[in-house]
Amino acid sequence: MTTTIAPYRSQAEGARAGFPQLLRAEWTKFRTVRGWMVGLLVAVLLTVGFGLLSANGSHRSCSGPSGDVACPSPPVGPGGGMVTDTFYFVHQSLTGDGSITVRVSGFSAPEAWAKAGVIVKNGTGQGSAYAAVMVTGTHGVRMQYDYTHDQAGLPGAVSSSSPRWLRLTRSGSTLTGYDSTDGSNWTRIGAAQLAGLPSTVQIGMFAASPDSVKTLSQGIGSGGASSSPTSATATLDNVTLQGGASGATWTGSMGNRDGSPAGGGSVQGPTGGFQQDPGTGAFTVRGSGDIAPAVGGAAGDGQAVERTLVGTFAGLVVVVVLGTLFITAEYRRGLIRTTLTASPGRVRVLAAKAVVCAGAAFATGVVAAAVAIPLCTHILKANGNVLYPVGLLTEVRLVVGTGLLLAVAAVMALAVGTILRRGAGAVTLVIAVTVLPYILATASVLPTGPSEWLLRLSPAAGFAVQQSLQVFPQVDSFYTPVNGFFPLAPWAGFAVMCGWAALALGLAGHLLRRRDV
Amino acid sequence: MKLALHAEWTKLRTQPGTAALLVAAVVLTVGLSTAVAATATTASGSDPAKLALTGIYLGQVVVAVLAVTVMSGEYSTGMIRTTLGAMPRRWTVLAAKATLVAGAAALAGGVAVLGSLLAGALLLPGHGFTSAHGYPPLSPSDGAVLRAAVGSVLYLALIALLSLGVATAVRDSATAVGVVLALLFLFPILTSVVTDPHWQRHLQQIAPMTAGLAIEATTGLRGLPIGPWAGLGVLAAWAAGSLLAGGVLLRLRDA
Repeated sequence: MTTTIAPYRSQAEGARAGFPQLLRAEWTKFRTVRGWMVGLLVAVLLTVGFGLLSANGSHRSCSGPSGDVACPSPPVGPGGGMVTDTFYFVHQSLTGDGSITVRVSGFSAPEAWAKAGVIVKNGTGQGSAYAAVMVTGTHGVRMQYDYTHDQAGLPGAVSSSSPRWLRLTRSGSTLTGYDSTDGSNWTRIGAAQLAGLPSTVQIGMFAASPDSVKTLSQGIGSGGASSSPTSATATLDNVTLQGGASGATWTGSMGNRDGSPAGGGSVQGPTGGFQQDPGTGAFTVRGSGDIAPAVGGAAGDGQAVERTLVGTFAGLVVVVVLGTLFITAEYRRGLIRTTLTASPGRVRVLAAKAVVCAGAAFATGVVAAAVAIPLCTHILKANGNVLYPVGLLTEVRLVVGTGLLLAVAAVMALAVGTILRRGAGAVTLVIAVTVLPYILATASVLPTGPSEWLLRLSPAAGFAVQQSLQVFPQVDSFYTPVNGFFPLAPWAGFAVMCGWAALALGLAGHLLRRRDV
Repeated sequence: MKLALHAEWTKLRTQPGTAALLVAAVVLTVGLSTAVAATATTASGSDPAKLALTGIYLGQVVVAVLAVTVMSGEYSTGMIRTTLGAMPRRWTVLAAKATLVAGAAALAGGVAVLGSLLAGALLLPGHGFTSAHGYPPLSPSDGAVLRAAVGSVLYLALIALLSLGVATAVRDSATAVGVVLALLFLFPILTSVVTDPHWQRHLQQIAPMTAGLAIEATTGLRGLPIGPWAGLGVLAAWAAGSLLAGGVLLRLRDA
């Protein structure tokens, strides 16, 4: 008698092997190593802690007659940004519509962006709205309004043989600028809408010349600048006022400087004056200062918000170590053989790992930045510092950007760890290509030219996503890495970093498929 | 101790990658130094010796990897159990490793520094660093340049000791390298955002990299936050502290 025994078949249903299951497996591996979760926490604490340290180490006070006092806060323009609004203003009231026309027959300008011309301004208060048509040192005729806007008019320098006619017309809240070489053929430069401009405004002529700024000695940690005041003198004749101007009486006034310079520069305030030739009626206006947006960096008095995120570098080091360990620990323990036996799609395994460690790093960065920015901003302000105001969108970019930076760095570390299969080498390589170029470029080790190329080509370009400082072409300043200005736009710089990470990940996937484990 | 040295020397010599790392340290140091010397302008930095030795920034990273793997490599393969079984005196093992790794770093450092200074001496005069502009030529007969050269070699040896100590304490190679690089690189970044001059000065005085590299300064010594030899002393203190911590942990823990 023979009996056949049916072979054993498991009653359990076959497990699904899709990408979500792979993700879950990798997340379980990451989650259950206690040291790694502690590492994420350490990354947050270090990021915030470094920010707190730097905020506590940054004080600002101005010397007054009776010891140090809190510095007066700089004026804020209609656009919400910090501005410089100190120039010599020869003005009278204008009620309703009207216009001013002048001929500039001479301009002695020590600075490229020294300015003189005609202006309509909402009162003499600092930071008030304005529109102006002006001649400049080397940038030709410009129409500028509300500090940040700048349009080019006729090119060329001004002299008695080649004068410039300027006209500014007010019609409601619209101001239109014109220029001409002969006073009869006029070209429209542009128009400005100054919302909320009251009926009575100040109209007149002005002169300004920004401080001459030089960088101080070089060396790690000393990217300072010193500034000295300059003044420009303009000769304006054929002054014609039309509309509801108050009369023929001109008043000269000079805005007060916004506190004393923080960089220990000259305390000599801006100066200016005007006189009218009784014979010809021509005006000579002399003024210093500037009417322009305030630019950050060594030449500025304020602090940039991204200073509070200095701890990102500490968080990045931790995340790079974790990203590397996520793969090299598998090689060291031999777990990689189990992993790849369970899910033979090797590129999919790598992708799942990348998603998991990118997600963990992103969350770490976002939490750290969301805590560090408000906390450190508060401390900086309590220490008397002035912060350049940033919009909500910029603030969101800083927080999300910090998370993305850490995420991409973690993926890069994972990829390099897969390529090298050695923890020490991978961590070193990733830190050496991200943090080291940043240090070389920003700590005055390298000259500006190579520094900028380093921050264009290396993965360190990604830190540009944390830049909130704005570049204004109408203000001469040191837009260099030492002063916190990256050569690439925020997302362009981040894209460079992503490109490197993608390259490393592609190579890692290729090698993982080709090699035995 | 002599036997311990011989055993460690055999391990270091036969471990794959030692030679490659030493060569990489030299090549990267000289390469970066040459690139900097070839692009330098007199306006950008005034210390020719410091400029010519910029490559140390990159070379120290490779030295750190070498020193870390000497210890962590044993932990990752389990070799440490054999080592300590054969040589139960743990301080002796650490001392032997420290001697060899510092020696290897100094050897590579010596070649790298000579190469960097040679490149600087050849390239920098073409970029305005001439006696006519107040920059004496880079020559080893100049006391300050000699000090910068010898000091840089010692700097690399101390970086190796610091890394070895950290690796002994942390055991895992990736974490150890992360800790070492964080110690080196985070201080200068923090210094650059702190605006308080006193804080800046203190940070520069205690930072292992910034203080240690003060040894390279040949001009403007009065303006330095810390003197050249005192700065190298700070790095030596960091290295001694990390070796001590590593040694105590090695002595107390199971392998």
